[in-house]
Amino acid sequence: MSTVLRKRDTAFTIAGRTFGSRLILGTGGAASHVQLAEAITASGTELVTVALRRVDPGASGSVLDVIEQCGVGVLPNTAGCFTAEQAVRTAHLAREAFGTEWIKLEVIGDEDTLLPDPVELLDAAETLVRDGFTVLPYTSDDPVLARRLEDAGCAAVMPLAAPIGTGLGVRNPHNLALICDNAVVPVICDAGIGTASDAAQAMELGCAAVLLATAVTRAADPALMAAAMRDAVNAGRAARLAGRIPKRHLAKASTAFEGMADL
Amino acid sequence: MSVVVNGEVREGVATVADAVAAVTEARRGIAAAVNGEVVPRSEWDRALADGDAVEVLTATQGG
Repeated sequence: MSTVLRKRDTAFTIAGRTFGSRLILGTGGAASHVQLAEAITASGTELVTVALRRVDPGASGSVLDVIEQCGVGVLPNTAGCFTAEQAVRTAHLAREAFGTEWIKLEVIGDEDTLLPDPVELLDAAETLVRDGFTVLPYTSDDPVLARRLEDAGCAAVMPLAAPIGTGLGVRNPHNLALICDNAVVPVICDAGIGTASDAAQAMELGCAAVLLATAVTRAADPALMAAAMRDAVNAGRAARLAGRIPKRHLAKASTAFEGMADL
Repeated sequence: MSVVVNGEVREGVATVADAVAAVTEARRGIAAAVNGEVVPRSEWDRALADGDAVEVLTATQGG
C-alpha cells in the first residue's frame, strides 16, 4: 500500500476486527497447497475462506496448515448448501471445527448460475445472527435484499459482481454503487471478478473490500495475479477516496489557451 | 451394531470418538454430526445407536 493511501484511508473493520488488507481470498480451485501459499502471501490478504467437507483419509496435508503457515485468519463458508437449514447446520459445524463464529453464508438457489436463494439466505442469516454468529452473507446485487440482510444483523453484505467463477466482472455497477451508498456495514464485492480492473472497479464504486478466489487460483500464474489483485484493490480504494472527475460529453482542455503564440 | 460414517457402513464403532478415529487421526479442525445434529467435541464419548449416520468433516479449499 502506498504511503499516501495509508495516511488517507480509515481502517477496514468488520464487527470490530480490523484488517490491514481489503482483499479476502477464497482458496477454492488452487492446484496445490504450495501454489495456494504463494498466492496468499502475494495477495497480502489477512483472511481466507475454506469450505467444510467430509474428511478425505487419502489427503496429504490440510488447507488449515497452509493458512496457519501464512499467518492469516480463516473464514469458513457454507458453500454447497441449498436450504437455510443446511446452511445453519454447516455454520454450527464450522464453529465447532475452527473455533470461529465468523461465517461466510452461502445459500444457493440454482445449480447452473449458483445465484443465491434470497428467501433461504435471509432466513439463515436471521437464525445465525440469533445464534451469535458474525454473518457475512454472499448475496445477489439487489439493494433491497442487502438492506434486509443488514437489518437482520449481518456484519457485512457481500453482493456478487457476477455469478461465481464466471470472471465476468461487475455486471451491474449501478446496483453495486446503490448498495455501497446505502449500507452502514461494510460492503464486500464477492464473486465474478475476472481480472485486476474488475477488482479496482468494485472498489471505485465504493466497496470496502473484495473477495475473490477463481480469478487468482485458476490464473495461469496465481501468485502474480494475487499481486495484481492486491495492487488493484489498493488502486481502486485510493481512486474512490481521491474523488474521480465527473464524466463529460465534450473535451475540456487541460492546457490553458491563454498565452498561446500567434503563429 | 453398524453405523454409517461419511457414507460408509462400519462395524465396531461405539462412540462418536470411535467414528472420528475410524476416518482420521487429525483432531484439529474436525467437526462431527450425528443424524444431522452437531456433536460438540466435549460430547464425543456419546454412545452411538444402530443405524446412526455420522458425518466427520474438516476444512477443504473453497469459497
